[in-house]
Amino acid sequence: MHAIAEGLFTDEAPPRLIGGRERTSGRIVFPCPPGAAYEPVALSRTGRLWSWTIQRYRPKSPPYAGPDTFRPWPVAYVELPGEVIVEARLTDVAFDQISIGMALELTSVPLDPDNAASAQIPAFRPAATTGAAA
Amino acid sequence: MSGDVCIVGVGIHPFGRTDGLSGLEQGVFAVQQALGDAGIAWPDIQFAYGSSDAAGNPDTMVDRLGLTGVQFINVRNGCAAGGSALFSAQMAIKSGEFDIGLAVGFDKHPRGAFNALPAEYNLPDWYGDAGFMITTQFFAAKITRYMHLHGISRTTLGRVAEKAFRNAVHAPHAWRREPVALDDILNGALVSDPYSKFMFCSPAEGGVALILASEKKARELGKPLVRLKAATMRTRPTKSFEVFAPSIDIGGGTATATRIASADAFRMAGIGPEDIALAQLQDTEAGAEIMHMAENGFCADGEQEAWLAEGRTEIGGTLPVNTDGGCLACGEPIGASGLRQVYENVVQLRGDGGSRQVPGAPRTAYSHVYGAPGVSAVTILER
Repeated sequence: MHAIAEGLFTDEAPPRLIGGRERTSGRIVFPCPPGAAYEPVALSRTGRLWSWTIQRYRPKSPPYAGPDTFRPWPVAYVELPGEVIVEARLTDVAFDQISIGMALELTSVPLDPDNAASAQIPAFRPAATTGAAA
Repeated sequence: MSGDVCIVGVGIHPFGRTDGLSGLEQGVFAVQQALGDAGIAWPDIQFAYGSSDAAGNPDTMVDRLGLTGVQFINVRNGCAAGGSALFSAQMAIKSGEFDIGLAVGFDKHPRGAFNALPAEYNLPDWYGDAGFMITTQFFAAKITRYMHLHGISRTTLGRVAEKAFRNAVHAPHAWRREPVALDDILNGALVSDPYSKFMFCSPAEGGVALILASEKKARELGKPLVRLKAATMRTRPTKSFEVFAPSIDIGGGTATATRIASADAFRMAGIGPEDIALAQLQDTEAGAEIMHMAENGFCADGEQEAWLAEGRTEIGGTLPVNTDGGCLACGEPIGASGLRQVYENVVQLRGDGGSRQVPGAPRTAYSHVYGAPGVSAVTILER
């Protein structure tokens, strides 16, 4: 997989996100900050939707590095139980089916939706086993 | 110094878009109006604090106002810049060092959303590359969570915007002064769900000047005594949820800089939320006003649904909120925005609000700003 940056995904198949555990407090953040204060930690592949929105307009470039063509995409905050709430794209779900508490699992989406070979962004999709809200 | 610090002069350059006039020139316009309002001249000003985020160094306005050698300190503090200038001006008088001085703020931003870069916020480049560096995403995600937890409907968000444009009709300094029907607000083009374009404020231009004086000096000037009972500026606590957050702590999103700034301001003023007659609350988006009603202690989480439906925050309601249309109708020139709220409160406390005047001769007024990366400033005025 061609990730949008180094250090975001583990090398496993399927991969997990890499967070950072603050050595002094145990607090987990995402992504893992550089430096010695945080140790990398592989995060849960599953969680529940904490909040969300739809990005309805093409973000300004810079900094956005995606293609000129634009289709709205959902943005999610996903609570990984006992770890941290991470921000990611949301995919494989109709906008009107998105609901807080829905069970999600990690995947990724390409920066250019029309080019699957483009850089991969962390994303979550409805979990295969259950779609029920918490 | 004995007595309170008082606001003895106010001036404003209309907000919105003023082609051909720099941000600094709009600040100068406001200062001259405030000097006239106070009945003094520029050489009477002993010190100044000036705030601007994107329109140059405030102290350079001495070129236009007069080279009197006055102490002039620039303040750059995000959305709290105006509040920080006002706080600093208050302290300069409280200390006994000065009797009369100026807090001025102005700005002039390019059209469209602010485009922040990751490096400016200590974030990795990929976060911007992927399209997460968007303030509207944060605001939308924050209110979506709040609506879910506390039963706030999208109609209530629409009512906030409807009120803003309706109030602004009567505020000569406001930018968007045409009423917009609730249905048009709700059916407007979506920017970031649940917000339509009418539910977000826009970057804008404008200038505001406030002249502060010791109570003794204010009495000499013969102005109505509008007392600055509290001015606070606070930063974020742990577990807050701020703009440009790739992650949030579990259980986060409830503690805010606003709650700290508000509680401390009420403590200093020796009064509570129930004693406030009107409030200007940061409303960069419609849901911000909703959340800030609770964060500033005016109601419990969830009560806003009934408050808006019953019109309690209308100009004739029990707690009028954003009587000049707030950021939604005035736009947000960062350096001036917080001072606009205080300007509006002074106008209201003097009874000069014209057709937007809060009835019943209000004696207390509250102002609140909030912004990136988790800063808040609050003032409480009393007449």
